[in-house]
Amino acid sequence: MALPELHRFTLPNGLRVVLAPDTSAPVVGVSVHYDVGFRSEPEGRTGFAHLFEHLMFQGSESLEKLAHFRHVQSSGGTFNGSTHPDYTDYYEVLPSAALERALFLEADRMRAPKITQENLNNQIDVVKEEIRLNVLNRPYGGFPWILLPPVLFKTFPNAHNGYGDFTDLENATVEDCAAFFDTYYAPGNAVLTVAGDFTVENATELVEKHFGDVPARTVPERPSFAEDAPKGEIRAEQTDPHAPFPAVAIGYRVPDPVTELDAYLAYLVLAGVLTDGDGSRLQQRLVHRDAIVTDINAGCGLFGPLEARDPDSFTITAIHAPDVPVDRVIAALDEELQLLAEEPPTVEELAKVTARWASTMHREHDRLTNRTLAFGSAELLFGRAELIHELPDRIAAVTVDEVSAAAKALRPDSRAVLIVNPATAGGTE
Amino acid sequence: MSVPVSHRSAEEIGRTEQGPRPLPELGEQRAPADLSTVDTTIANGLRVIAVRRASVPMVEVRLRIPFADPAATSVGSQHAAGGEVLANTILTGTATRDRIAIDTELALVGSELDAVVDPERLSISGSVLATGLDTVLDVIRDVLTGATYPADEVDRERDRLVERIALARSQPNVIAREALQKHLYGDHPFAKEMPEAEEVARVSREDVVALHAKAVLPRGSVLVLVGDIDPDSVIGTVESVLSGWTGEGTAVTISPLPQVAAGDVVLIHRPGAVQSQIRLAARAVQRTDPKYPALQIANLVYGGFFSSRLVENIREDKGYTYSARSHPEFTPHGASLMIDADTASDVTAAALLETRYELARLGLVPPTADEVDVARRYAIGSLLTATSSQGGLASFLVSLAGLGLDLDWFVAHPERLAKVTVEEVAAAALEFFAPTAFTGVLVGDADKLAPQLKALGGVTLP
Repeated sequence: MALPELHRFTLPNGLRVVLAPDTSAPVVGVSVHYDVGFRSEPEGRTGFAHLFEHLMFQGSESLEKLAHFRHVQSSGGTFNGSTHPDYTDYYEVLPSAALERALFLEADRMRAPKITQENLNNQIDVVKEEIRLNVLNRPYGGFPWILLPPVLFKTFPNAHNGYGDFTDLENATVEDCAAFFDTYYAPGNAVLTVAGDFTVENATELVEKHFGDVPARTVPERPSFAEDAPKGEIRAEQTDPHAPFPAVAIGYRVPDPVTELDAYLAYLVLAGVLTDGDGSRLQQRLVHRDAIVTDINAGCGLFGPLEARDPDSFTITAIHAPDVPVDRVIAALDEELQLLAEEPPTVEELAKVTARWASTMHREHDRLTNRTLAFGSAELLFGRAELIHELPDRIAAVTVDEVSAAAKALRPDSRAVLIVNPATAGGTE
Repeated sequence: MSVPVSHRSAEEIGRTEQGPRPLPELGEQRAPADLSTVDTTIANGLRVIAVRRASVPMVEVRLRIPFADPAATSVGSQHAAGGEVLANTILTGTATRDRIAIDTELALVGSELDAVVDPERLSISGSVLATGLDTVLDVIRDVLTGATYPADEVDRERDRLVERIALARSQPNVIAREALQKHLYGDHPFAKEMPEAEEVARVSREDVVALHAKAVLPRGSVLVLVGDIDPDSVIGTVESVLSGWTGEGTAVTISPLPQVAAGDVVLIHRPGAVQSQIRLAARAVQRTDPKYPALQIANLVYGGFFSSRLVENIREDKGYTYSARSHPEFTPHGASLMIDADTASDVTAAALLETRYELARLGLVPPTADEVDVARRYAIGSLLTATSSQGGLASFLVSLAGLGLDLDWFVAHPERLAKVTVEEVAAAALEFFAPTAFTGVLVGDADKLAPQLKALGGVTLP
């Protein structure tokens, strides 16, 4: 594949800009990544970063409430935003005729969002409905992304619930919003990405036109969220009123993806060797041979790989039958990790994982929304949007010995184990 | 909240010296490139649609085999259970490959294949690096013509399926969907989206083998390939690879559904629920109906996108919901209009009231020229963005093909939408969105909901 050329520049106000032209379809993607996620929200305000993301859609100086949505959609586009541990993103994907409009919409809310008590109250209600939908009213809600961090981590930024508890959400004030915006939503704390059908010259001109006069503000120093890996195996149990079967999540710490990327990628490949496809180690052993789990998954990051800074995690989750003790599942898993630690996986096992990653990344790249967001988050977290192009080769370069070493590092004496018990069937211990 | 530095007030943040700025006009829209495509039926009766879109070196593969229960009723029929076991084991063995060999061969060419079944069809879908297309086609040939359904695989998948069905049925969304389909279509096989555990337990390996021979047929089926391919030569390859896939008769399409009958919403008790699922339905028309483009736009204005009356009312004004939407659902013989909203228990009755109010208002205070225009431009533009990837285009084409439509319908649709008048949208709103035309189900905690729903009316309490 001919990789599209990347262009980047920084406006005088500090806004970093990435342009990724590609004329294969007459559509364009625009995203803004702000360097603040739920790890930065203060104690007593869990869920605030996400709540604030909702408020950024509620109007700005030139746009009444609802206008943002209408302008995107009447241009034939789609939009969304999402809040992650270390960043918050906003995007529009539209027919390319609407490029300037999308830039205008993003610039207007970066310059002057309109934050009102009425909209805050309304979006607190909407966010509570979102949490009921995704967590409280369904089986395995928040499993493992909300439930595992307090077991794996000790400090508030890493351990707390990023969706927030209802009391904290209800306590949020307009004053909090103003402080949060002024602190974290400075242009120098953001990356603007434009991908798709445009010319670099035209896009550069439009970016300068719309973002150029967003005033520069002080960019906060990014705190370190580093903390020690767990000492010993930390266990916690939860009861899920809706779950029909017990489930378990096992969390480990991984190398810093920003400073030790290749070491981190070994864990990504290990995840594939363990659970990707019927021929993978844990699928064969736990699903097919022992037949003790219904489903099993492994992966880096609670929202997917390469989307958070240090400290990041490696997680294995399984749903199993009530008559299978959870320790049997964990023991089988430890045996398989031990085997990999003692004898590296075969070259063919890695070739399978590598080829599937290559095709996964091609497919992601082909979807403009994913492509735009991937460039933006890579630029923000790694300072290099090019990383997206380099990943297939870097994943292919991971050796069998590195995967073996990663398996060896997933030690039983430094991990978190979260056990979810159905309310009806009783515990498994 | 602790304030790290001094900051402006919200009011100061929301205004600049220059004041509000005008919205930029749209620029010139470039048309999408013409697609190089072949749509043909090969000797065994299989329709093959091949489209070149070489944006990435991949090929998207979608095989759809009509797979409906030929029986008139799902009562006493083992079809759904047999179909589920078949879908879960078709990729687990042939004369020359076992489960792991299939997975390994696919993985080495960057491919994944998945087989799923629903009341209408058996679908085998996946993607592959363009260089590995021959491997994927050969695996598909092998399982279509020689899946062996190894006994141990059937046994294990059957057990696993029982657990997966229990898992699915613990999801409120699934509970609501099953209740709605049953309410709308009774014992028609279309309503049976999942078999019962005891039906699955009765499925033997011999049953699956017999079902495959009887129902996995090329005639009536369609294979869509979109990606970095040469459509003409790929058709030749498919023809030679799949020529051995034959069978008596035509794959079975779902029989026409009973007309959706208007009536009360039925409340289904889910003890302890903190949120309720509102699911309403009415009759709609197919994509080929002359009224469809107007209906499509009326639906968007009602609840078909974010800038709709329903979302702006019950989410952005009242905060009753995170997710509310309406959408048409198509079958080969008809269509229905569906409305979904999930709301907290204490506002469920109020949300239902507003949902009905907006239905009535759509007909009585019909969409304005401006509303029609926003919806129209969204419909045209989102078709472009949704089909701008290989995967998006492949999925869209295979669902059109399942309704007997082709690429020409897709290419001509923006023109159809452009011609719709405000009057036609008003007529569609009045005809299809009358609250009295709807029925539905509501899943929630009846102990909390009953008093308010009783007062609201039009709800059958348990």
